[in-house]
Amino acid sequence: MAEIILQGVTKSFGKTEVIHPTDITINDGEFVVMVGPSGCGKSTLLRMIAGLETTTQGEIRIAGKRVNEVEPKDRNIAMVFQNYALYPHMSVYDNMAYGLKIRKFPKDDIEKRVQRAAGILELGPYLQRRPRELSGGQRQRVAMGRAIVREPAAFLFDEPLSNLDAKLRVQMRLEIQKLHRELRTTSVYVTHDQVEAMTLANRMIVINAGVVEQIGAPLEVYDEPASLFVAGFIGSPSMNFMPGRRAGDGVDVGGGVVIPMPPEARARAGEQVTVGVRPEHFVTGAGAAGPVFSLHVDTVESLGADSLLHAGFNGTLLVVRIEGHSTPPAGTAIRVSILPGKAYFFDTATGKRLKA
Amino acid sequence: MVENRPVRDFFAHAVLITGVLLVAFPLWVTFVASTLTFDQIVSVPMPLWPGDQFLHNYTQVLTSGSEKGSSAPVGTMLVNSLVMALSIAIGKITISILSAFAIVYFRFPGRSFFFWSVFVTLMLPVEVRIIPTFKVAADLGILDSHVGLAMPLIASATATFLFRQFFMTIPDELAEAARIDGAGPMRFFFDVVLPLSKTHIAALFVILFIYGWNQYLWPLLITASESMYTVVIGIKRMIAGGDASNEWHLIMATAMLALMPPALVVILMQKWFVKGLVETEK
Repeated sequence: MAEIILQGVTKSFGKTEVIHPTDITINDGEFVVMVGPSGCGKSTLLRMIAGLETTTQGEIRIAGKRVNEVEPKDRNIAMVFQNYALYPHMSVYDNMAYGLKIRKFPKDDIEKRVQRAAGILELGPYLQRRPRELSGGQRQRVAMGRAIVREPAAFLFDEPLSNLDAKLRVQMRLEIQKLHRELRTTSVYVTHDQVEAMTLANRMIVINAGVVEQIGAPLEVYDEPASLFVAGFIGSPSMNFMPGRRAGDGVDVGGGVVIPMPPEARARAGEQVTVGVRPEHFVTGAGAAGPVFSLHVDTVESLGADSLLHAGFNGTLLVVRIEGHSTPPAGTAIRVSILPGKAYFFDTATGKRLKA
Repeated sequence: MVENRPVRDFFAHAVLITGVLLVAFPLWVTFVASTLTFDQIVSVPMPLWPGDQFLHNYTQVLTSGSEKGSSAPVGTMLVNSLVMALSIAIGKITISILSAFAIVYFRFPGRSFFFWSVFVTLMLPVEVRIIPTFKVAADLGILDSHVGLAMPLIASATATFLFRQFFMTIPDELAEAARIDGAGPMRFFFDVVLPLSKTHIAALFVILFIYGWNQYLWPLLITASESMYTVVIGIKRMIAGGDASNEWHLIMATAMLALMPPALVVILMQKWFVKGLVETEK
């Protein structure tokens, strides 16, 4: 077990800088998820920690030791790949034992470790099978088993669930959670799926275009997004954005609606302000306080427990989440307002959140 | 097709059977001729049913060769051919799998230059470079030897290219997983790449063995003494002069012997051969 520290780390391919200077500290035993859209550099960052990519600048330390120049095999990490990367010609047992064999562990020790990992992952009956005789979920478990038997300082997961179908993904997500609870090994997990990030992470790192946008506990990031990008990326369906301009103590978002700004946001706001509201923070009915939006319901998605209304407002389409059994039909007009204190204000030009 | 159409079925079978007969008939004639006496062969028409000279003819060619043409025993020639074909097949596979491994998995200066220079030689058939090759072999003093027979033919752009294409289909993550597991490059080669390539190796072995076995021009140039003849050259040397002066029964027996090993290799390795051509285990 160990902590992983990235200090001023950058990565350039030729002249293009794909990872801008980044400082991250991952504590011992923590489960950290790096999340961002594809091509944002999260996998590159993970591969730099693994040692599969060189680090252009800065320093990476694992368990207090600088590892920039250390080969992947000597970094005491184990990695789980998206396509599993199992050796196709080896049995499940040999796949898991391979790293230990190379490190010249005694035979009975290898046997003990593999059996233990197989027990944890419920792979016991499959040890003599070839990877191609296993289902996707089982293969992914073998890949994790290969990581576990090494008892490394840290697990690195590179989109491990992307190749699985939706149902299996949920199941494996729970298993990874359980695994981490049992082993308490420092884990870095890369995904583009914000649901995985929300459910698995102790802390999540939101990355966009090679820049770390925000680091924090999942709910903290959800409740207090630091930028337009984070607000839009985390949460499903994503936050509604309404571009507007300053009007006195509030923001005029068009359609005659002015949303009042709290004083600490007001102090830092420029002329152009974007207001963000999560779909579940709209309330219908006359009882709600604050500015009222008159919306025209365009389409309705009934999800059962609740429904999503897609409704036009001043040229943009807003998504409103309401309770599932009181859904107005498409084509009707509704009036909604924002729950008190649930409007987010962003500087349109910089994309940064406006708060004290 | 599950339709039942007797006429079409009959027609299809007729075409197939005709094809088989066209291919098989010359082979049958060769076999029959190898079991007859000289007089029976030159009589018109030649019998189309095997005679009783099978043992006699085959024993004679294997141990003492023909009397009028070359007198080298075919047994020695078969050994020479086998040595040559095996060295070429194994040598080509060894060298090309290693060079393909280097080209695919290592970043070294001039990597693509070396790949392309290997690739370009694909365009040159053996015949084009045969004179310079002969000169080099002569200077090295390997004329008229097993080394001389096999070595100049071992370099293979085709096999290198095939292995390169196959290696490029092995996911990079496999190499990365091996790196994290602590396997060095050669360990990765022997533990992962080689086992994955075995069907390809088998397919190439069949092709290259036959290629080596059937070499004609190069052994013809480089061999001088009868003890170095390959069986393909042996047949040529047995045909000494006009029709009547050749011992056709012995030549035919030699021809039968010459086609046995490649046929055996194909038959025995058929399963692997087809696997290597159609399927990859990934």
